[in-house]
Amino acid sequence: MGNLQVVYEVPKIYTGPNHYCPGCFHGIIHRVIAEILQEEGWDDISIGIAPVGCAVLAYDYIDIDWFEAPHGRACANATGIKWAWPDRLVFTYQGDGDAASIGFAETSYAAIRGVNITTIMVNNAVYGMTGGQMAPTTLVGMKTTTSPYGRDPKYAGYPLKMAEHIAQFEGTALSVRVSAFDPQHVLDMKKWIRKAFQYQMEGKGYTFIEVVSTCPTNWRMDPVKAAEFVKNEMIKVYPLGVYKDVGDEKKEG
Amino acid sequence: MPKKVRGVLKIREDLCKQCGLCVAVCPVHILDFSKTKINSKGYRPIELTDPDKCVGCAFCAMMCPEGVIDVYREIVEVAE
Ligand SMILES: Cc1ncc(C[n+]2csc(CCOP(=O)(O)OP(=O)(O)O)c2C)c(N)n1
Ligand code: SF4
Repeated sequence: MGNLQVVYEVPKIYTGPNHYCPGCFHGIIHRVIAEILQEEGWDDISIGIAPVGCAVLAYDYIDIDWFEAPHGRACANATGIKWAWPDRLVFTYQGDGDAASIGFAETSYAAIRGVNITTIMVNNAVYGMTGGQMAPTTLVGMKTTTSPYGRDPKYAGYPLKMAEHIAQFEGTALSVRVSAFDPQHVLDMKKWIRKAFQYQMEGKGYTFIEVVSTCPTNWRMDPVKAAEFVKNEMIKVYPLGVYKDVGDEKKEG
Repeated sequence: MPKKVRGVLKIREDLCKQCGLCVAVCPVHILDFSKTKINSKGYRPIELTDPDKCVGCAFCAMMCPEGVIDVYREIVEVAE
């Protein structure tokens, strides 16, 4: 064998094995966060806030400091930590049930207050950990264990679009929706999470990244079909894109 | 002799959960589940069916939730 040139190495701070179901995007998102923190040398100053949900054990998988929040309260905990240690990189890692359902107020108020933290919200359209119940983000007509005939907007309302919601607040510096269903989108996700962390380090305000994700187990699909479902169905309802970027506004103005 | 770039994968077989996301994105279709091995988790880990064809694009590594794959490139001489 000749001289090997490195194309990609899994970051050292991504410490498996993890407990996620095969093919779940949670693992991809963890790995990408670990890559960014290691590449930028932020692993020593980062504090992650783990949620309640499938990612409850996130603190075991990325080798940085962590805090475990009660269900939905990640942004409230992150606010306290950031105010006590303003020089740390503080981010919450939450499911859609955690950040957009029980924690809707905490997440919204972090943006309203413009707290200088980052939220990464993994939108897989269900409550994964508890067995696939309907979430605010469940698609209309989507079958879950608590909507066995499909989500009916007559009594269950319509999907909640968090990236658009968070973008409306003045305290928000960045609100973006990304996905991870193919390698290009994984790289795009990495670009935006890096930008969110950069904005935080520059003190620009609240940064929010929604990742349109999968739950192969509760969707009852194999992982490849689940990734295709994201590409073909989920992003019709949750269009990918930048909903607010103060960096851009400054350039224009 | 002419030279070409070839990809070299380091596969951590014990971490593989046989999800198939890498198999689906490989542009040269040379990843598959092993027909002979079972790892400590009970899955059939991925392997290269034709290592010579690997282009070292790292698409597989980008999609891997478990951090199974490291990707390198080397320059090899090819017979005409
Ligand atoms: C106060 C409280 N209420 C309810 C629960 C039960 N519970 C655990 S995880 C979860 C939902 C998690 O779903 P989500 O945030 O979408 O994450 P996912 O598991 O899909 O990644 C719920 C309702 C709890 N642990 N604590
Ligand atoms: S239940 Fe769903 S969200 Fe949770 S680890 Fe499994 S696939 Fe991922």
